[in-house]
Amino acid sequence: MANSGAISLFSNRFPSIACLTHKEDIIPYSFDGTAVLQNLPLAVVFPLSTKEVQDVVGFAVENRIPLVTRGSGTGLSGGSLPVEGCFVLCLSKMNRILEVDDRNLTLRTEAGAITAHIAQAAEKVGLFYPPDPGSMKISTIGGNVAENSGGLRGLKYGVTRDYVMGLEVVLASGEILFTGNKCVKDVAGYTLRDLFIGSEGTLGIITQVLLKLIPKPAARQTMLAVYSRMEDAAETVSAIVAAKIIPCTLEFLDSVTINCVEDYAKVGLPRDAAAILLIETDGHPIAVKEEAALMAQLATKHGATSVRVAETAEEAANLATARRSAFSALARVAPTTILEDATVPRSELVKMIRFIQQTSERHQLKIGTFGHMGDGNLHPTFLTNERNQEEMHRVEIAMKEIFNYAVSLGGTITGEHGVGLAKKNFLSHALGELNISVMRKMKSAFDPLGILNPGKIFDLKS
Amino acid sequence: MSEKESLHSLDYSVLQQCMHCGMCLPTCPTYDETLLERNSPRGRISLMRAIADDKLEVTKAFGEEMYYCLGCLACETACPAGVNYSHLFEVARAEIEQAHVLDNPERSVIRSVVLRGLFTRPRVLRFIGRLLWIYQASSAQWIFRALRLNRLLSRRFQNLEAQTPIACAKFSHQLIKEIEQPAKTRFKVGVLSGCVQDVLFSDINRDTVEVLLANDCEVHTPPVQSCCGSLHAHNGDIETAAQLARRLIDLFDVEKLDAILTNAAGCGSHLKTYDRLLADDPVYAERAATWSAKLKDIHEWLAEIGIRRPVQTEMPVENKVTYHEACHLCHGQKISKQPREVLRAIPGLKLIELPESTWCCGSAGVYNITQPEMAAKLQKRKLDHIVSTGVGTVATANPGCHLQLVNGARRISHNLEVVHPISLLARAYRQERGH
Repeated sequence: MANSGAISLFSNRFPSIACLTHKEDIIPYSFDGTAVLQNLPLAVVFPLSTKEVQDVVGFAVENRIPLVTRGSGTGLSGGSLPVEGCFVLCLSKMNRILEVDDRNLTLRTEAGAITAHIAQAAEKVGLFYPPDPGSMKISTIGGNVAENSGGLRGLKYGVTRDYVMGLEVVLASGEILFTGNKCVKDVAGYTLRDLFIGSEGTLGIITQVLLKLIPKPAARQTMLAVYSRMEDAAETVSAIVAAKIIPCTLEFLDSVTINCVEDYAKVGLPRDAAAILLIETDGHPIAVKEEAALMAQLATKHGATSVRVAETAEEAANLATARRSAFSALARVAPTTILEDATVPRSELVKMIRFIQQTSERHQLKIGTFGHMGDGNLHPTFLTNERNQEEMHRVEIAMKEIFNYAVSLGGTITGEHGVGLAKKNFLSHALGELNISVMRKMKSAFDPLGILNPGKIFDLKS
Repeated sequence: MSEKESLHSLDYSVLQQCMHCGMCLPTCPTYDETLLERNSPRGRISLMRAIADDKLEVTKAFGEEMYYCLGCLACETACPAGVNYSHLFEVARAEIEQAHVLDNPERSVIRSVVLRGLFTRPRVLRFIGRLLWIYQASSAQWIFRALRLNRLLSRRFQNLEAQTPIACAKFSHQLIKEIEQPAKTRFKVGVLSGCVQDVLFSDINRDTVEVLLANDCEVHTPPVQSCCGSLHAHNGDIETAAQLARRLIDLFDVEKLDAILTNAAGCGSHLKTYDRLLADDPVYAERAATWSAKLKDIHEWLAEIGIRRPVQTEMPVENKVTYHEACHLCHGQKISKQPREVLRAIPGLKLIELPESTWCCGSAGVYNITQPEMAAKLQKRKLDHIVSTGVGTVATANPGCHLQLVNGARRISHNLEVVHPISLLARAYRQERGH
């Protein structure tokens, strides 16, 4: 069908669904949070209800128009990047939080609700929604579920998947599926909801989410430890885990990042430091106090050159500044910032960090590494310029080497950003052909015509 | 920006610095209202980039979008990558004016009268201010309103008439001597009396001088000063902005003064960029650089030299105040703590924090005139928060915000005192002197 024909047909049939087609309106939807990638959609549509999503899906299937679902467009792997000739199905206006159930500790919301608003709604009744991806102030819960987003609290509290109890999904067939319920235990049949978590909009369109909440921890303690050798930082992490303490935050900055942070925020970090750990524990006040004291001891014992424990909430916020400004500090250094998320088992962290540093030297690239030391999720951040083709070529080679090495250590190419388009080429090496072929079968079972976010994660044909 | 910049000629890295992460979206008042990417900073930057890449022309829709933007710069505060949005914003608006995509006869007349006629001629502006004062002081305004003659005006002008600000009886130069000396001199500073500030708030200028004297500053205030050009730079008339900058620099002995001070947030934010504005001017570039280095907001300066706390003369009556942060102070100049320091230095005054204190009030230069609908929504949101604090006094440090809050309170018949933080401090010094 001719493009303009499809648009006027859609507008005539569904006059109540906003549909943007002018260049000035759709250029701002031609990208997400991923560096370099850009693609113009045919149109952007804004359904306001599950019924309207159903209408859009039915229309797309009938007219063979690819459908790319999008929330706030903060993804870092191109998951919501438009594909050629597609409709972008934007759920940002379906943003109502429908129910907070403090008897069952659940929250039901439309998919376009902002993650931070969900956390606030839980907090209002003394409950806690732990997943805190970096973009939570604007990311939508639907996007978080579709990408199975992580965050800083992964070590103790897990990731988005661990809080999804149920999903409402519009299938490519146009039917509305609800999978899951408020029961903590439920083994009736396949757990279909798990299939949609992390499916990046390729299996169905998530329109509602039922989330698990937990009681809010009563106390929190923060400390910052500085190291002159990275191995000492890693040893401290191992010692903390061996002491049977699970901190809620165990964040790490490498020397490149430390220097960028110091250039930008001037928080008084030693420039010759090799690593910094930001450690936070939360829970019952007495337990928190004991754990904090013990962790400070362990840090000193394992070679920390300084350990500062926050006395007040304000001081805690100050200590966290270095970690919190890491990304900002790196992003200012070069025109293009590519944030990766290679992840390895905790025990292999030092090897992985060393390898990244060597790779950066070998290819003469600037890479700052920070990340979640507690769960092995690293963020090697390439500071480059997309207009410098020769350098971008070296970036690609370095990235490939880093992913291969992570896989060789028993790790993964993406800990929390998803595959989308950015990591698609690395997936078969990471998972092997059998995994991919099972995924293909699943994809064709749910979406036989390949309408939903086609070309993401893997291609339908090898 | 300098006079010759365009989106094409911009150092591309300024545009490329935006990594479209989306962190600006929740802080943008227009995006918050519509939830459309086009109405967000990252969306606007993507349009600018499309123009720079020749994928889009400067169209009417682009023009309208850039004038829908408040220019509040909340996005700059939120941006992890440090994108200089205000620079992009000014370049884009200038390009829109050069492309004439928004031209219509009414707009052209208003622009040429207001921007080129009124705000380049301080004496004409004062003359208008005087007429306004006579109109108000002679009860003519009261009669006009009592007879409901405003019904003869179009809807838009009815709204504007209701917002007519109250003019001051005297201008700054009638209240401030060209040089005023403190008991002992630690610093020599210049004071900018502004244009709107001079006509409507000359009392705030007087208060500023008194506060400076009380803090051992010798104050130099040239009697006739023109507009700083921020209105022009923000509305796409860079050429006039540059002319006004040169004129203002000429009025001050930039080398000899320790600082040049402004008490208006919107002006300060622009005045600090004279170095960039005149970077290509062979005669002025160097002085403009010195100017920018010495240009300070009054709160910033006081915090830097250490505020002398007024001595408490009577038993304290506890007064409460809340503080609305002008966008061009907190976002444009990153000055957020210092005005609070000023307020906390006042004996017996308790600062009650305002929810969403850094969210734009909708004044945004002439935005409340050009985009009345959006401006009214923001005004209501701000007033609702002020009312929620239960405090009867709100401090703010920008004439635009000041008027917007006064009008907003009047709209909902809420009894509210709007006052500049420096005026509160000046009052405390006056009490100390027994006035």
